[in-house]
Amino acid sequence: MRTTLRVNSTTHELSVDSRVTLLDALRDVLGLTGTKKGCDQGACGACTVIIDGQRVLSCLTLVAMCEGQDVVTIEGLATGGELHPMQAAFLHCDGFQCGYCTPGQILSAVCAVQEVHAGVPSHVTRNLRQPVNAATLTDEEIRERMSGNLCRCAAYPNIVSAVRQVLLNEVQS
Amino acid sequence: MNAFAFQRVAAAADAASAVSGRRGAMFLAGGTTLVDLMKVDVLTPDTVVDVRHLGMSSIDVTGDGITVGAAVSNSQLAWHPVVRERYPVLSEAILSGATTQIRNMATVAGNILQRTRCSYFRDVHASCNRRQPGSGCDAIEGFNRGHAVLGVSEHCIATHPSDMCVAMAVLDVDIHTVRADGTARSIPFGEFHQAPGDTPQIEVALEHGELITHVVIPHLSAARRSHYLKVRDRASYEFALASAAVVLDLEGDTIRAARLGLGGIATRPWRAVEAEHFLTGRKASDETFRDAAEIALTGSVAREHNHFKIELAKRTIVRAYATARDANL
Repeated sequence: MRTTLRVNSTTHELSVDSRVTLLDALRDVLGLTGTKKGCDQGACGACTVIIDGQRVLSCLTLVAMCEGQDVVTIEGLATGGELHPMQAAFLHCDGFQCGYCTPGQILSAVCAVQEVHAGVPSHVTRNLRQPVNAATLTDEEIRERMSGNLCRCAAYPNIVSAVRQVLLNEVQS
Repeated sequence: MNAFAFQRVAAAADAASAVSGRRGAMFLAGGTTLVDLMKVDVLTPDTVVDVRHLGMSSIDVTGDGITVGAAVSNSQLAWHPVVRERYPVLSEAILSGATTQIRNMATVAGNILQRTRCSYFRDVHASCNRRQPGSGCDAIEGFNRGHAVLGVSEHCIATHPSDMCVAMAVLDVDIHTVRADGTARSIPFGEFHQAPGDTPQIEVALEHGELITHVVIPHLSAARRSHYLKVRDRASYEFALASAAVVLDLEGDTIRAARLGLGGIATRPWRAVEAEHFLTGRKASDETFRDAAEIALTGSVAREHNHFKIELAKRTIVRAYATARDANL
């Protein structure tokens, strides 16, 4: 089938089998291999991308479903030669070891920070009726909000530090 | 994955026509169940009809309650300020399930229609009456630690996996649909999901090609004092071993009315009506809640590996009610 796919502000005309997932289209058709295939069944988060501002799993998304939507992958996060603050924070905090889950972790973290700034609750938020506060967000909150991204190297403490660094920097600025 | 045609249509009734006209056609919304099960050949549609762009994505607050479009995402519903304020049990239930990525994709109707996580259902080499009627049930004599103890039959003991549905069951949500001929109807939540009985392959009260368009959450002032408690093997991103959705209407320390839904232990979103009746008019003490829990689990049937769920569910009920009672509103 023919479909169009808009990734990192570039629109591509694709001719693909209807069975092709967004993940496989990104990696195998467009050569954007920053998005990783971990479990390929929605369990690990390595394939996380941002569609229309929301973090989602590209392995459970058919590329045909994305027509008319705006996809951001890890390749589209930096501005020119300047890293996105979350990328810089992962480097600064050493938020990875082997690096395989890292693109998904970073994209997920970017959205998690936006969600906190929007004040929306998570499963561990004590009072659903109050907006959450970025400045006082607990580690428990960060871990819960990032629980869709597994890291088999268990770099979790440093990932939490990276997310916190970006949260606090944004609060201060 | 089997080959299939991907189809977009302009309106809900067109989607219903497109699917009802083909035995092998299915609706596709978020994809978190359908694409997953297509990859493992459990579902093999020859046509999928995308229903995410048919104007069913809004949440409308009215005097009578809240109308929620079928394609509203789980995140959108859980994060909605009016839902958080008036129906905390629903926000809590949704937020306890899956992950933000999955809740952003999954729709309200898709959550209602999600399939069991029974590993024998997901394995095409196993026997499963739900997937292949008459083939038998490998779970009954197999590894059934996660399986149901309520609403089971000799043909299927698969657990209904949804958290959201347990909250919707206690809120008496109505499910609205449209059929290929354009006629609409509404189905009470409690009549929607079917216990397996002799026909485990029949899971819900929909005709082939009947499309959920929206659900209505009726006004319930008592739901401000409500709670969803989920107990599971991990702190996050795991299905329930047992869960309880409770609504508590108190007058002093006396229970005016109570509602109780159970998840993780039943073959469909479970409403414990007799326990609710027992609670009415009694003192809101832990002892009362324990007695209600005993009633709620009456008739439960355990298998080799899931005995623990019966006691776990009772304790879950007591703690959920105690938390709702003690909440500082």
